[in-house]
Amino acid sequence: MVYKEKNDTIAAIATPLGEGGIGVIRVSGADSIQMVDKIFLAANKRALADRRSYRAVYGKISDPKTKNIIDEVICILMREPHSYTKENVVEIQCHGGIMPLRKILSLLLEWGARLAEPGEFTKRAFLNGRIDLAQAQAVMDIIKAKTDASLRVATGHLSGYFSSNIRQIRDALLEMIAHYEAAIDFPEEEVDNIDNIQVMERIEELKVKINTMISSAKTGRILNEGLVTAIVGKPNVGKSSLLNRLLHSDRAIVTDVPGTTRDSIEEYVDVDGIPLRIIDTAGIRQTDDEVEKIGVDKARSYIERADLVLALFDGAKAMTAEDTKIIELIRKKNAVVVINKSDLVQNLDESYIRKQCSDSKIIHISTIQEEGIKELVETIKEKVYAGNVVYNEGEFVNNIYQLEALKKAGQHLEDAMKSLDNDIPEDLVVIDLRSAWEKLGDIIGDTVNEDIIDEIFSRFCIGK
Amino acid sequence: MFIAGDYDIIIIGAGHAGVEAGLAAARIGCKTMLTTLNMDNIALMPCNPSVGGPAKGHLVRELDALGGEMGVNADKTCIQFRMLNTSKGPAVQALRAQADKKVYQFSMKETCENQDNLDVKQLLVEKILVENGKVTGVQIETGEIYTCRCVVLASGTYLRGRIIIGEKTYEGGPIGQRAAVALSQSLKEIGVKLMRFKTGTPARVDKRTLDFTKMQIQPGDDEARNFSFMSDERTRDQVPCWLTYTNERTHKILRDNIDRAPMANGIIEGVGPRYCPSIETKIIRFPDKDRHQLFIEPEGLHTNEMYVQGMSTSMPVDVQFEFLKTIPGMENVKIMRPGYAIEYDCLDPLQLQPSLEHKNIEGFFSAGQSNGTSGYEEAAAQGLMAGINAAMKVKGHEPLILKRSEAYIGVLIDDLVTKGTQEPYRMMTSRAEYRLLLRQDNADMRLTEKGRQVGLVSDARYDRYLAKKGKINEIKALLKDKKINPSREINELLKENGLEEIKSSTTLYDLLKRKDIGYRELARAFSLPNITNEVVKQIETDAVYEGYINKQEEQVQRMEKLENRRMPADIDYTKISNLRDESIEKLNKIRPISLGQAARISGVSPADISILLIYLEQYGRRTV
Repeated sequence: MVYKEKNDTIAAIATPLGEGGIGVIRVSGADSIQMVDKIFLAANKRALADRRSYRAVYGKISDPKTKNIIDEVICILMREPHSYTKENVVEIQCHGGIMPLRKILSLLLEWGARLAEPGEFTKRAFLNGRIDLAQAQAVMDIIKAKTDASLRVATGHLSGYFSSNIRQIRDALLEMIAHYEAAIDFPEEEVDNIDNIQVMERIEELKVKINTMISSAKTGRILNEGLVTAIVGKPNVGKSSLLNRLLHSDRAIVTDVPGTTRDSIEEYVDVDGIPLRIIDTAGIRQTDDEVEKIGVDKARSYIERADLVLALFDGAKAMTAEDTKIIELIRKKNAVVVINKSDLVQNLDESYIRKQCSDSKIIHISTIQEEGIKELVETIKEKVYAGNVVYNEGEFVNNIYQLEALKKAGQHLEDAMKSLDNDIPEDLVVIDLRSAWEKLGDIIGDTVNEDIIDEIFSRFCIGK
Repeated sequence: MFIAGDYDIIIIGAGHAGVEAGLAAARIGCKTMLTTLNMDNIALMPCNPSVGGPAKGHLVRELDALGGEMGVNADKTCIQFRMLNTSKGPAVQALRAQADKKVYQFSMKETCENQDNLDVKQLLVEKILVENGKVTGVQIETGEIYTCRCVVLASGTYLRGRIIIGEKTYEGGPIGQRAAVALSQSLKEIGVKLMRFKTGTPARVDKRTLDFTKMQIQPGDDEARNFSFMSDERTRDQVPCWLTYTNERTHKILRDNIDRAPMANGIIEGVGPRYCPSIETKIIRFPDKDRHQLFIEPEGLHTNEMYVQGMSTSMPVDVQFEFLKTIPGMENVKIMRPGYAIEYDCLDPLQLQPSLEHKNIEGFFSAGQSNGTSGYEEAAAQGLMAGINAAMKVKGHEPLILKRSEAYIGVLIDDLVTKGTQEPYRMMTSRAEYRLLLRQDNADMRLTEKGRQVGLVSDARYDRYLAKKGKINEIKALLKDKKINPSREINELLKENGLEEIKSSTTLYDLLKRKDIGYRELARAFSLPNITNEVVKQIETDAVYEGYINKQEEQVQRMEKLENRRMPADIDYTKISNLRDESIEKLNKIRPISLGQAARISGVSPADISILLIYLEQYGRRTV
């Protein structure tokens, strides 16, 4: 468990994700102004540090390393103690939507800010005497609620590949730590000599692993490629109409991206800030004549690839054999069942779908009358933010926490390497190894000191 | 009812915990009685004849800095000293000494008997008397009662002790002593929760029947070493230990007879420690190891008994006879005392406060193996703290509670009262998160002041501490002030003294950080004052490891806010609705004294700590 310094600088996205045309990132702490100055270029070239409180400054956020412009923003400067937290605060207003917010936040973290814990701004406000006693209960409620939510997100995404990778790295570290510790605590026992060169090679391997994870986090599909989404259903059920509805919903941005397969086109749809990458829109679009020919076979492969499946059924008609096959395919996929044509007389046996796909939410829409689209969008958002979407390759939505912890762990390993290189005694090298091990444990919620001692006794025969 | 006497504090047991508790309480000025089952077994070492080692040696140094006795007594009586881990960093170097067991005991007995305010008595305490949740006295097996304000339980392995050798078991304490059976029942009656642990010891063999030519000699260090900051011994006669190994024949005998091992046949119920497994456990758990090392250690200068370290066993005596003979140098061995296992009652330390006082029984303290630890040093350290805190209680002062960042003693007690223990607890340096700050060489700098505050540090000790501290600061300031430039003269001077040239201007203090430069070399080149090795060591370590030390100090400071945040004694965790049920249950059971301690309870999450922080703030504003 790691506790943070009281006055370090924290940052977080302050507006609800995926809502609103404007997004706000709040930065609070003694160094917040200098920190934002590192990535912010005011239109008039003056640094925020030279400006007075309560200024709204227009400018651009760019990555100081690549010089890439991330977004146009307005920074609001609030100097201590006249801010919500009674600390120096900068609020960065940028365009809404998931990408600019996340990129700006990652930049801040890269340049020294720490990701705020759930409810931490309010906690600081309270501890700095900003809000009164009656609000304290509310603060505790927030911390609990947000922690529960982020825990859900975290655990939801920590199955499979990602967490097992972390565990492997931790196990390797634990082995090294235990070996060093055994040699330190039991110098007269027969603990094998440790070959520091070998240890360095192994640390190097672990560092490569961590770096691969960091870069995969950076290019994670959700950030740069969107959530792979499949719209499946029998011909003429309304797939292309649904796609169009989604495309034409308020702030939709459409981009044509040549797909990975020869004949398929994928499209980005920004649904309230969530980038959906819809598979084979070409196939869906060719509907009018060849129309909606995506048969069950293709549907199968799409469902396998997709992070999110929208399964479309025709509410006005009785179930067909194709419908049953699709139901079979999505049964375990946690799909969203969309029943189209709610404006017509309903003939579909919905109870059968309900029974077969008990985990799936069922939504009624009418692509003609535009009914139910809003509910569908809400459902998609819910799935993404509540962590119900499981990714195929172990990418993760909630990756800023994890990215930060991975980077710190990498840094500790780097320190350990330097120490070994300088012939610093092992008991000091272990400090860095342990820090890395603990940081990785933070990601998977598993930091128990006793593990090291268990490992020592299980691996080494030690006794009087 | 016969009241035989009245004391401020009564100590039950005069082992390593008991003597420290008794001496500390008496030295602070409390009228104290130290009770023992047998006057001839004060400060008995029933197991290995040694004191110290990694983390354990640290404990002895700390205890010494606070004004305890173990370090002084070991320096007076030990017959071999070695500094371990000398090739490793300064934080894990540790002193270990071979004791002359009987001389150690005599010397400690003498110290206790001559201590003002301390009465040493041979008697068996059978009952702890409690009225309205408060200790009022103890009752002896012969019926008489001693009244008192505080009791320190230091009953070692004697509580309902049971000896096991092969198929034979009998009630008793170590080496043929009586067990304290009724006391165990009395503890249960006053509401103390007990656990059952097990430990063991190897055979003692006759030195005359060993062939040392088949073993490797293990001499002590040439340089004389001392545990106590008050000891000035510079020379000492030393006795060697001997190294030999088990082999496949030994293992075969053990394997063939494994069904007769008490741990296999179900005789042993108690939980044994993983770090000192019996030889039969070793060959089962590590079947691939083709040999295990054994140290043959003298039990003293006036005896032929030798301790076979590494060979702890509770196998039947005939098996012990057989397998010992397979070991090189022991072909003709004669056993003087066989190895045995011992099971005993101890209390669950989660019932204790960090002062080592029981949470529900006022005036009842416990220390040492009766708290589920193992080792003389762990016992002594707790005994000292229990003695100090019982005395503080009698005098109406705040208890002395050492933080994890201040002392191994703090780590030890915090672990016990916060996490509890599932096996006899042994101190290890890897248990201390601020290891680099808790060095054995700076124990006096860390703790002498605290010992002084509770009235345990004598004027002589305090003066010595102040002088050393003054010298360290003086020389450091001198080194930091003295700047040298890369002039030709300076570089000539450096070269003359075998030092590397400098390229930019630097202070002597920064120069000291370089790997190849020590204070002595600098002193020669720049005519610096001549200072003692101890002072040199402090200055060099602080300079060389400055970066790491700063890192750890920052970590400490980050935790400090939580450590200093006291939890109100009457806090009702069930009323804090946002805590998770698991946390509420743990917090109510352990009742941490600080937010820092709360954070270390397994199952209490960082979010819970945030909630507690807000709750405390709210609580504080309400009560102001």
